Amino acid sequence: MQLTLEFGGGLELLCDSVKIHNVNVSLKNEVDKLTMKDLLVWVRTNLIKERPEMFMKGDNVRPGVLVLVNDCDWELSGQLDTTLEDKDVVVFISTLHGG
Amino acid sequence: MESEGGQAARILSEIDTLKGKRSDIDNRISALEAQLGDLNIEKNNGSCPSISTGGFGHGLSPDMIYRYSRHLLLPTFGVEGQSNLLKSSILVVGAGGLGSPALLYLAACGVGKLGIVDHDVVELNNMHRQVIHTEAYIGQPKAKSAAGTCRSINSTIQIVEHQEALRTSNALDILSQIAVSITANFVRYDIIVDATDNAPSRYMISDCCVVLGKPLVSGAALGLEGQLTVYNHNGAPCYRCLFPTPPPTTACQRCADSGVLGVVPGIIGCLQALEAIKIATAVGEPLSGRMLLFDAFSARIRIVQSILHIFKSFFKVKIRGRSLQCEVCGEHSAFTQQQFKDFDYEKFTQSPLLVAPVKLNLLIEDYRIHSRELKEKIVKGEAHVLVDVRPAHHFKIVSLPNALNIPLSSLEFRLAEISSALKEEEKRKGIGFDSSASLYVICRRGNDSQRAVQLLHKVGFTSARDIIGGLEAWAVDVDPNIPTY
Repeated sequence: MQLTLEFGGGLELLCDSVKIHNVNVSLKNEVDKLTMKDLLVWVRTNLIKERPEMFMKGDNVRPGVLVLVNDCDWELSGQLDTTLEDKDVVVFISTLHGG
Repeated sequence: MESEGGQAARILSEIDTLKGKRSDIDNRISALEAQLGDLNIEKNNGSCPSISTGGFGHGLSPDMIYRYSRHLLLPTFGVEGQSNLLKSSILVVGAGGLGSPALLYLAACGVGKLGIVDHDVVELNNMHRQVIHTEAYIGQPKAKSAAGTCRSINSTIQIVEHQEALRTSNALDILSQIAVSITANFVRYDIIVDATDNAPSRYMISDCCVVLGKPLVSGAALGLEGQLTVYNHNGAPCYRCLFPTPPPTTACQRCADSGVLGVVPGIIGCLQALEAIKIATAVGEPLSGRMLLFDAFSARIRIVQSILHIFKSFFKVKIRGRSLQCEVCGEHSAFTQQQFKDFDYEKFTQSPLLVAPVKLNLLIEDYRIHSRELKEKIVKGEAHVLVDVRPAHHFKIVSLPNALNIPLSSLEFRLAEISSALKEEEKRKGIGFDSSASLYVICRRGNDSQRAVQLLHKVGFTSARDIIGGLEAWAVDVDPNIPTY
């Protein structure tokens, strides 16, 4: 499944300072659906190069990270249970505090 | 006889005093000029009494009509929008990178009452982004400096300075004053603009706005990114609905550590002024329940559905509504003014309200050295290697002679470079088998150097010592010619 993953607000520093990743996430079998829960594990294993605790806490993203699936807050689509489809765009943004 | 140093200090102090006087005089001149302008207009209108006494049915004086004419010419804004603006009161918390442009526009556009909260003083390294302040105000309170500039732009509005940090103990009073004497509550500010720079302040201001029922225009910027949204307005969530749990302190980067391109908070601050104006005038569609994310670095243009082409470099995303479970604004929440006053925001977010550099103390005394002591050793010709563990772009700003730059992030992979540098130094100084060259580690402020020394000891470099206070201490105690940043 082709997905576009974007990291911002400093999260890109955890994956070699690359903000946009066009990735191919393979499903275990045809029946299974890829959920955000699966994707987080995949991202931690395949994209996060340092300080994984800055990206995840338990099986969720750490506090202060907004997740957008196709420009929608994932709270509106089911959070970890959100099912993903081919060519979806998932954005991970750390909230900023500076000024 | 006065020493040269004493004379220089005296001259500098006199320059400071004179600069202060000059800015006061400049402010007074602009205020008087504006006053004179008012008088002239009144005098001119005096020859035509039928109009000046009758008014125009909308409360705007001839001077206001002329000053705000370009607003009045906007069909969607017009007289009604401007009248609403003149009746509104807006509080901007923070007169820094975000607050500067926000205040400039809010003062210029004719907000009736404009409040400024800031406890800090103007510094030279603020000037690249905090464009409301001028060099003459370096060392003076930001609230005073910002208020002075606002007054020189628009002397016809009320500007209130709050030269203090916003805390749970004063926030309720500053945001809405309770008038005990006369009738009911006298509401001080209708709209709050969060232009602060730290997590505890953001939670505190949001909670305070929920408790008092005020809309909050919240902006943030760091590096080359910015974020903007309107909380607690038109059924929109509050800050806690979105972020019920504070982020780890390590995730809260500061402009003073990570840097910020000056114009980026400038853009977000302008957008904050815009949103505040829209709420004050009830014109347009406020950014409540949505969030704007700005990536200044990316040349890539992303067009999101329903977004205007002129805004195509911004992403405008849909965020969740008010959370029923929110501890502050939720359905069953009863977060009171008293609970607000008692809440410990510093403990909640594990970070200080007043942003100050962290000072770690990770090492025992034997593993540390004062910069002055090291200087003496260097002068005596002690065999040593100095490793600077700052990131390479910091090293380029300034570094000590002969320092070897190995950033902390790559230290564990570059240990061999340290071993060979030590061997080379021993050879150069002709040291035999009985002794060895010392290893010193420096960074900007003396935190990363301690982390580095911990790591070095763990892998066998047992002579490694960290320079207490880093380059900043070196600049104070050893060489004042080392620039600080």
